Amino acid sequence: MTEEMIIAGFGGQGVLSMGKILAYSGIMEDKEVTWFPSYGPEMRGGTANVTVIISDNRISSPILHEFDTAIILNQQSLNKFEKMVKPGGVLLYDPNGISKPPTRTDINIYKVEGTKTAVEMGNPRVFNMIVFGSYLKVRPILSLDNVEKGLQKSLPERYHRLIPLNLEAIKKGEEIVESIQTV
Amino acid sequence: MGELRLMKGNEVLAEAAIRCGCDGYFGYPITPQSEVMETLMQRQPWDETGMVVLQAESEVASINMVYGAAAAGKKAMTSSSSPGISLMTEGISYIAGAELPCLIINVQRGGPGLGTIQPSQADYFQAVKGGGHGDYKLLVLAPASVQEMNDFVDLAFELAFKYRNPAMILADGALGQMMEKVELSDYKPRWTKEEIHEKWGSWATTGKPASRKKNIITSLELDSDIMEANNRRFQAKYKQMEQEEVRYELIECDDADYIIVAFGTSSRICQKSVEIARAQGLKVGLLRPITLFPFPKKIVGELAAKTKGFLSVEMNAGQMVEDIKLAIYDAGHHVPVEYFGRMGGIIPTPGEVVDSLKNKFHKE
Repeated sequence: MTEEMIIAGFGGQGVLSMGKILAYSGIMEDKEVTWFPSYGPEMRGGTANVTVIISDNRISSPILHEFDTAIILNQQSLNKFEKMVKPGGVLLYDPNGISKPPTRTDINIYKVEGTKTAVEMGNPRVFNMIVFGSYLKVRPILSLDNVEKGLQKSLPERYHRLIPLNLEAIKKGEEIVESIQTV
Repeated sequence: MGELRLMKGNEVLAEAAIRCGCDGYFGYPITPQSEVMETLMQRQPWDETGMVVLQAESEVASINMVYGAAAAGKKAMTSSSSPGISLMTEGISYIAGAELPCLIINVQRGGPGLGTIQPSQADYFQAVKGGGHGDYKLLVLAPASVQEMNDFVDLAFELAFKYRNPAMILADGALGQMMEKVELSDYKPRWTKEEIHEKWGSWATTGKPASRKKNIITSLELDSDIMEANNRRFQAKYKQMEQEEVRYELIECDDADYIIVAFGTSSRICQKSVEIARAQGLKVGLLRPITLFPFPKKIVGELAAKTKGFLSVEMNAGQMVEDIKLAIYDAGHHVPVEYFGRMGGIIPTPGEVVDSLKNKFHKE
């Protein structure tokens, strides 16, 4: 199994930390992982993205020109990365702020109302974990047990009291994800 | 098995320094390697192992602090990124001339000048040809994963002390910024004063007993006959490195018609290119030099005898390609050597490399 993915959105949406929790969960499953962020002025300009690779084998390139999965959280990222999803791959997006939805017909498209649901849950900061939950529903490559261990590893101890809330958000994300197109 | 963690390459460099028994880190911040010193400051190893961590007033000061600590037989190191390494080259030349061991880490960014903070391999020549003035060489290790960022710190110190010569880890911004699973090394205690005296007392300034002459640390020698003899000794040392320290990795080279040569981040990209090319029926292999000096000349010569062509893939305008050509020439072969690369902080994609390989060698 090799999963090559890009998570892209605005800085502050928890893009990098979602990637980190994914990578840590991968380690808990004894897999090889690579987490490669955009850094520097690119980030300060407002967009942030991270490439995460989880594999049973040694990982080759951390820089990719096509992805199995793209998790897209703003319009700029959709414009940039929709075309880089492999045919038959997965595109998961939050429609909040998206005026031009994806148009590809050769990929699986899923939608998650993450922003809206996070507000309904009374905590906008769990937004990324809702999206993460939707991803796990669509691509069940990691067990929830290991995700919980991943959360414990990647969050500083002072935030461990928030793990149940994060798990709740993940479950919520699993529930609300909508399939728009399957190929 | 050591401790498994998910860490950035830069953080790992710091952790590995503490764990290998490093005595002192002297540095000055610069993107994309500032996390090295940040991690050290956070870890406060002075409480744990007694290791000194000091932010100097400049790169020039930090390399000269390394020079001083190394003269006392201590494991001393610094890290920086391209423009900062340029500032250090005078000191590095002095350290090489004074025959002192130390570790210098270059987490390269794009140049020339202040350039960009994005990853690059444009300091290849600077690293492998010495860098500063005078006939000297550094032992240059090129990690290609976060795990190797861990492993090469201890290895670099070991080699530096074996040859009494500065060693360099030549990484780049991508390796510094990315996180991977890493198995951290076990702790090695720092050498005690007595151990340093016993191991390196023949040259280090550990306190002169009445029984021997003074150990003088200097790169200055105004008597040209002696200075030439010094140079001959240095050259013999570099020759020995070429005989004993060459390290490389071969991936799918056995039946390869074409060989990609790439180090560091580029080699990771090219591993994927090999997979893609093979899936398309092209027999391509990858030679990954791990030591850049000494360069793996012999294996290049051996591969040249049985392949149709080489493609050097570098994040620069084509520097290592010259060493590949020299190695093939020295081996008495005549095989085409092409170059593909991106510059200024752009990282080539695996697909681009395959396209370039096809364009250059496999026109249909």
